Amino acid sequence: MGIHIIKMPDIGEGIAEVELVAWHVKVGDMVAEDQILADVMTDKATVEIPSSVAGKVLALGGTVGQVMAVGSEVIRIEVDGAGNLKPGAGSAAPAVVPAAQAAAPVSPPAASPAAAVAPVKAAAAPAVPHGTNGSNGSAPARNGNTKAPAALVRAPGDKPIASPAVRRQAWDLGVELQFVPGTGTAGRITHEDLQAYVARAAQAQPAGVADQRYAQRLDEQTVPVIGLRRKIAQKMQEAKRRIPHFTYVEEVDMTELETLRVRLNAQHGKERGRLTVLPFLVRAMVLAARSHPEVNARYDDEAAVETRFGAVHLGIATQTQGGLMVPVIRHAETLDLWACAAEVLRLSEAARSGKASRDELTGSTITITSLGALGGIVSTPVINHPEVAIVGVNRMVERPMVRNGAVVVRQMMNLSSSFDHRVVDGMNAAEFVQKIRGYLECPATLFVE
Amino acid sequence: MDIQHTTLLVIGGGPGGYITAIRAAQLGIATTLIEGEQLGGTCLNVGCIPSKAMIHAAEAFHQAHTFMGDSTLGIHVEGARIDITQTVRWKDGIVARLTGGVGALLKKHGVKVVKGWATIVDGKTVDVAKDLADTKPVRIQGEHIVLATGSVELGLPGMPFGGRVISSTQALSPDSIPKKLVVVGGGYIGLELGLVYRKLGSDVTVVEAQDRILPLYDEELTKPVVASLRKLGVQVLLGSKVQGLNATGDAVRVQDSAGRESELAADQVLVAIGRVPHTHGWGLEKLMLAMNGRSIKVDDQCRTSMRNVWAIGDLTGEPMLAHRAMAQGEMVAEIISGKRRHFAPAAIAAVCFTDPEVVVAGQTPADAAKAGLDCITAQFPFAANGRAMTLESTDGFVRVVARRDNHRIVGWQAVGAGVSELSTAFSHSLEMGATLEDVAGTIHAHPTLGEAVQEAALRALGHALHI
Repeated sequence: MGIHIIKMPDIGEGIAEVELVAWHVKVGDMVAEDQILADVMTDKATVEIPSSVAGKVLALGGTVGQVMAVGSEVIRIEVDGAGNLKPGAGSAAPAVVPAAQAAAPVSPPAASPAAAVAPVKAAAAPAVPHGTNGSNGSAPARNGNTKAPAALVRAPGDKPIASPAVRRQAWDLGVELQFVPGTGTAGRITHEDLQAYVARAAQAQPAGVADQRYAQRLDEQTVPVIGLRRKIAQKMQEAKRRIPHFTYVEEVDMTELETLRVRLNAQHGKERGRLTVLPFLVRAMVLAARSHPEVNARYDDEAAVETRFGAVHLGIATQTQGGLMVPVIRHAETLDLWACAAEVLRLSEAARSGKASRDELTGSTITITSLGALGGIVSTPVINHPEVAIVGVNRMVERPMVRNGAVVVRQMMNLSSSFDHRVVDGMNAAEFVQKIRGYLECPATLFVE
Repeated sequence: MDIQHTTLLVIGGGPGGYITAIRAAQLGIATTLIEGEQLGGTCLNVGCIPSKAMIHAAEAFHQAHTFMGDSTLGIHVEGARIDITQTVRWKDGIVARLTGGVGALLKKHGVKVVKGWATIVDGKTVDVAKDLADTKPVRIQGEHIVLATGSVELGLPGMPFGGRVISSTQALSPDSIPKKLVVVGGGYIGLELGLVYRKLGSDVTVVEAQDRILPLYDEELTKPVVASLRKLGVQVLLGSKVQGLNATGDAVRVQDSAGRESELAADQVLVAIGRVPHTHGWGLEKLMLAMNGRSIKVDDQCRTSMRNVWAIGDLTGEPMLAHRAMAQGEMVAEIISGKRRHFAPAAIAAVCFTDPEVVVAGQTPADAAKAGLDCITAQFPFAANGRAMTLESTDGFVRVVARRDNHRIVGWQAVGAGVSELSTAFSHSLEMGATLEDVAGTIHAHPTLGEAVQEAALRALGHALHI
């Protein structure tokens, strides 16, 4: 019997570290060759780590949410034969994680030592009661990052636990025990808890007046920001920290384009698929970018170089279960309306199902963000760094407009676009957006190369 | 017609009704209680108490009888006999003492007891007749009416009570012991009484339609009971349906699960297939109360769909247990007196006085799984309990079910001789929201069966000391 160590593979493109987002095995499991062991996430894509050997899992090298360096140990597997671990090196097993802990999100190592140790202790010795006697106060602080806050906050639907005497007293006082935090063992509500609750209520309430307030809610939920969420957080922080944004809003009369769109859908909808506004907007941006290459660009601020592109690789901000993703339509300039529509559909499906490849999630030169019917009147989109422009689509509504001295009903839609003011001036941005507006308001021009 | 007036009118003098009345009177509410038969209801007269008396007597006789053979204890008895008439007289004495006691308690607290049968007139009024022939009923009006008429035994449609076919009520007052007894129904009533008759010397066959006895309890829990029935020589026919009596009326026709029919000779047939709320024959339908199947629908304060009409006990459905009715009655009296109360027990223990006894309180492992709780389950066998050995009854175990996350106990089950008394500890720990550590950290007296309770908790925590 030998021990085989699988290390974090180099996923490419100069990536030095990846985030562990899921374990598919636990200590003691038997794994087959090519069985998926874990999912890790890079900047853009989620990658599965397969097992190169068959054997029994001895130790996991990290916990979910942990950022691990390429080349670090992912897993130890006991195999028939020699394995790849030199005899004698075995005792130096780094960061072996008990199985129970691996399943739970863990506080970052920066937290206090006590907090970091607590979950391990709880996993190893289930006999230790989680709560304490409750008389030494400040329970919320005490529980910090451990899994014990069950002692304080009931999950929705859980019955409050209190002795018959406490229940009776609560009824007499007209207190709903559901709202009384319990500091006793396993969240039990003690006489003291009830007294404290009543005293608090009395303080907040002038004497003799019935309590008219709505119930206090004391539940809280700790959501670890890991995986895609963490990536989004980092990207957004980066974009807002580096880029001096400015946002330009213009309204667009979509009446004619809508007439065209409805007509195209009536004529070709069945065989070619239905068109939304998006392919038209993509086409308008492709055309507008030709005269404004400074917005279809990526700006490397460290090297002080802006790269302008002839091609338009269009990022489409897409909401997925896990959060915001930006799949990319490659060479949008080559696509007609239906090809574009089909590509948008394919990419958004791929992103939503987690099947989008790394290539499909990188390399955009400009981005569109649209919330459809939820688009609102105005938005302030955040630029998809290192791009320099993003076009936001607001809601389309019928509005009364004045045309030739008469009030007429027109389909109006706002575009809210943000630009990187370091490389795009207000004048360029305005001209770019006005170009788009011109194409959309006179749709025939969309098809003139 | 003269109309009597009162504040609270209680219909039915069983455990639910008499407790309501006593508590209401304690709280200063003018209370009238109507009862057609003896006070104490099913429980005291023809249920809990007399059956336990008969179980005790049968067990004592059975012991004496065993001592006629070889005895490991070295006791020898010659010619053990039983005078069943005296046994029944003794049992009736206990019943009389208790029902008399209830009457005395009601009187002491100032409850007015009216003898007779109540018929509902409207939501505040009843007529009380001494019997069916009584043409001058007394009319009583109350601001509140508590319905507490209990439940009645369910008969078999093809085999009505009468002649050889008896109910549990008759089975508790035998004039002689039948040679062959067929018990229809393998629930707790059928088994308790079946065992009594077996120990008194009858050949007993229990016929159960489902594929195991005590179908409301889990199989592990009923295993020791099955073993004991076999050892005592009680025949059990599972998956079998009773078709009725044969043409001559001296045997029961039974169809097994494969559809084969056979006849079981019987001197008596005890039908114990369950009880149903007593909702008919006293004008209840006039109130048009919302129902829940055959029982009256009530909320967590035992309010019916009609204002100031309350229902408690068996009338409100399962679990049909005297202690539930009493707790409900006490609560209703307190609510009527102006207190805020709810019926919100953590658990209502249920005990089955078979040999060995079975007790459950709170959630079983299956209940907990169904409720989506991640639970630890542990059991401690009486085979490892010293006191059980000294009582010659090491069959059975205590089982605890607790949440894995915070170790709060959500259920207890036990099977074994004398475990009914453990229900006190079980209910108490559940009502107090005790954790495994609470029970494990409580010193339990040695040598007692109760040590198994502590050991079960210790075992759930992974460090039982005696196993």
